[in-house]
Amino acid sequence: MRRMEPITDESPLKRSALDAEHRRLGAKMVPFAGWEMPLQFSGIVDEHNAVRHWAGVFDVSHMGRLVLSGRDAAALLRRALTYNVHRLKEWQAHYAVMCQEDGGVIDDVFLYRMDAGRFLLVTNAVNADSDRDHIAGLVEPGVDVTIDDIQIRTAMLAIQGPEAAPLLAETVTGALIEELPRHGCMEFELLGSNAVIAQSGYTGEDGFEIVMDAARAHAFWRGLLSARVKPCGLGARDTLRLEAALPLYGNDIDKTTNPFEAGLAWVVDLDDEPFIGREALLRVRETGVRRRLVCLKALEKGIMRSDCAVLHDGEVVGRVTSGGFSPTLGISIGMAYVPSELAGDGTSLVVDVRGRPLPVVVVKRPFYKRA
Amino acid sequence: MTSSPKDRRYTKEHEWARLGDGEAMVGITDFAQEQLGDLVYFDLPEPGAQVRQHAKLGEVESVKAVSEIYAPLSGEVIEVNQKAMDSPELVNQDPYGEGWLLKVRPADASEMDSLLSAEDYDALVATAEGGQH
Repeated sequence: MRRMEPITDESPLKRSALDAEHRRLGAKMVPFAGWEMPLQFSGIVDEHNAVRHWAGVFDVSHMGRLVLSGRDAAALLRRALTYNVHRLKEWQAHYAVMCQEDGGVIDDVFLYRMDAGRFLLVTNAVNADSDRDHIAGLVEPGVDVTIDDIQIRTAMLAIQGPEAAPLLAETVTGALIEELPRHGCMEFELLGSNAVIAQSGYTGEDGFEIVMDAARAHAFWRGLLSARVKPCGLGARDTLRLEAALPLYGNDIDKTTNPFEAGLAWVVDLDDEPFIGREALLRVRETGVRRRLVCLKALEKGIMRSDCAVLHDGEVVGRVTSGGFSPTLGISIGMAYVPSELAGDGTSLVVDVRGRPLPVVVVKRPFYKRA
Repeated sequence: MTSSPKDRRYTKEHEWARLGDGEAMVGITDFAQEQLGDLVYFDLPEPGAQVRQHAKLGEVESVKAVSEIYAPLSGEVIEVNQKAMDSPELVNQDPYGEGWLLKVRPADASEMDSLLSAEDYDALVATAEGGQH
């Protein structure tokens, strides 16, 4: 038995504030985007099912966290993001995309609008430093914006699943959770320190993300475990988000893909103020996209993985960007960019799994939708 | 770490072979299934196929990744464990029993001598586990 994709990252890895908790639970730790994070605790399928039917907690402290504040913070974010931040009221949160001038995606982010011109921007771990530098580079002299990188001094937990709200209410957060509106966020006192909670997630389930003082993370984590919330790792996070057809930066979206072909038009606001990438994206909207990110479902046993070629009539028409096994469907699923004319639901395609043809069909996204 | 069964021999790549009457049963070790995590699919040769010792025997897919499996012995595949193919989690649950993978008619039973004993294999695994921390 030999793994076919060796892990090559040898650089020193950052550790979450909860590192000791993960090791105490016997988690399998892996390098990810410069961090050493838990891949799994009890097992990927077990954790996956817990989130679908109960509640799980993920340590997502590796994600980037920037607080932007000042009179001009909203204007700066309007320039940086495709989504118009002026649509967000105070204490609302929203998914957004950050593009470069040619419309390529620099990152997909989650934006919390707090009060008094303060925003919390949650970025992908792999882009945390480059996003910060990119945004800092947009600040012109005389502009009133302060950018505070709070990643290291805070921890971030995602609590996800149908029982997430009642179980979270059993912890120190108490009944507060019930006050949180849909797509809302709020600041609250957690173990004597300020924390921010938003209704959000990356699993296709209802859930919350909480950013808190790193020093309080141990106690809160243990509180969640006492409330019978299941500890979950990056493995289940990946199978859950793939079933929900949520893109993973670096796999399904990157600088060579634009938000329209990735199915992210819903976070592109082209018709008001200018932002970086607007001209390029106006042209894309005008001409239409040549390819689309589609959901592929296998029709036979065999597992499609990222980089497998996608074929139509024997010709390579695309590559799998994310692929794996769906615990909920019991078969392999994946996503791939294919020419627009092959993107319709029901289109039959073939994925080349290391020389073996795996018949697949284009299906409506997502693969899984909560009842 | 519990010790591996002494009625069979092992490869450094974490496969096992147990010699019976004119046939050998082949599988992956407990350490292998533990490392791979939840198993979901096997791609193995059909009965009648010839396999060569230490050459690629097939592939095993876990939820997370794909790995290659190597043949502990040369010979002809005479049976594939259909129960394990239909329920790959059997290999996670019982890698040395119900979760065997295939039966081979050995071309040269003396190849068994070149495989690791249970004691040597356990020592290898202990080193591998130590190296992970």
